[in-house]
Amino acid sequence: MTAQPRLLEIRQNVLKRNDLVARELREQFRRAGVYAVSLVSSPGSGKTMFLERTLAELRPSLRVAALVGDLATENDARRLARSGAPVRQIVTGTVCHLEADMVMKALADWDLANLDLLFVENVGNLVCPTSYDLGENARVVLMSVTEGEDKPLKYPGIFHAADLAVITKMDLADAVGFDLEAAAANIAAVNPPLAVLPLSAKTGQGMSPWLERLRTRVPEKTCPNQERA
Amino acid sequence: MHELSIASCIVDLAREEAESRGVHVLAVHLRLGPLAGVVREALVGSYEMAAAGTPLAQSRLVIEDAPIVVFCAPCNARRTVLSPQSLRCPECGTPAPQVLEGAELEVTALEIDP
Repeated sequence: MTAQPRLLEIRQNVLKRNDLVARELREQFRRAGVYAVSLVSSPGSGKTMFLERTLAELRPSLRVAALVGDLATENDARRLARSGAPVRQIVTGTVCHLEADMVMKALADWDLANLDLLFVENVGNLVCPTSYDLGENARVVLMSVTEGEDKPLKYPGIFHAADLAVITKMDLADAVGFDLEAAAANIAAVNPPLAVLPLSAKTGQGMSPWLERLRTRVPEKTCPNQERA
Repeated sequence: MHELSIASCIVDLAREEAESRGVHVLAVHLRLGPLAGVVREALVGSYEMAAAGTPLAQSRLVIEDAPIVVFCAPCNARRTVLSPQSLRCPECGTPAPQVLEGAELEVTALEIDP
């Protein structure tokens, strides 16, 4: 007779390393007085266009910057750099999501104290980024009207993990017969308190509440020397 | 497909733990919630790949599905929700903004040689 295997309890979060780096990032953002926002969506939902417009609108009054994750190209960073804001691409290669240490490395030579707002655009993917904390203050999930109203039901995990939902390409809503009420109901089904902002980065319709939201969340800068311990 | 990188994290974690305790791992027990964003089948397939060539090569991944548990304010009770597509109290139907469990992605135990 063979002995029964023993069970050794350990209880450890699989992504604890990522979580530790994310915690450190969050602390860096806090100390530097930067509000960090990450953007997640499926490919082609209009993240880059949305960010392009956001950077351009905020730049006169706030110091904004962006990190952009992409599997292979640097096209997005080039597009975003036209806004004049500092932009850096994180080419992830085969990795389908950003991880906290990629963000940490990309920020290594940036002086965060010179920024008010940092955007982190994730790789286009609604599954993989779900469980990776990037140290951001808020995670925004985007879906475009062309993707259909049931996107939240198909990807409940990411909608659940988001702090705000943005519905993009509203200028095309009528053309594709998009039902905003149904989409909002689906979002509410997977994440009841989640705020929803429908907008169009192309026409600018609906951008104001989003920009206002960001402006009110940027922390007041304190003199670093007077920061309380 | 990030399951391979998750699987690698699981193998690394179990391996470190096993080495520090000087034990041989037969199986790794994982608790997985529906809100973790991990596809179970893909993870099982990836585990074998991630474990290949390591001391865990012959080990199994045992996945325990964690339920989604919410707090329902009107009922003043913890409730298990049946689907991530509908986060509402199964008793009274109220949408439940407060999710207590369901995003777990944790190694709970190692099955080791006696």
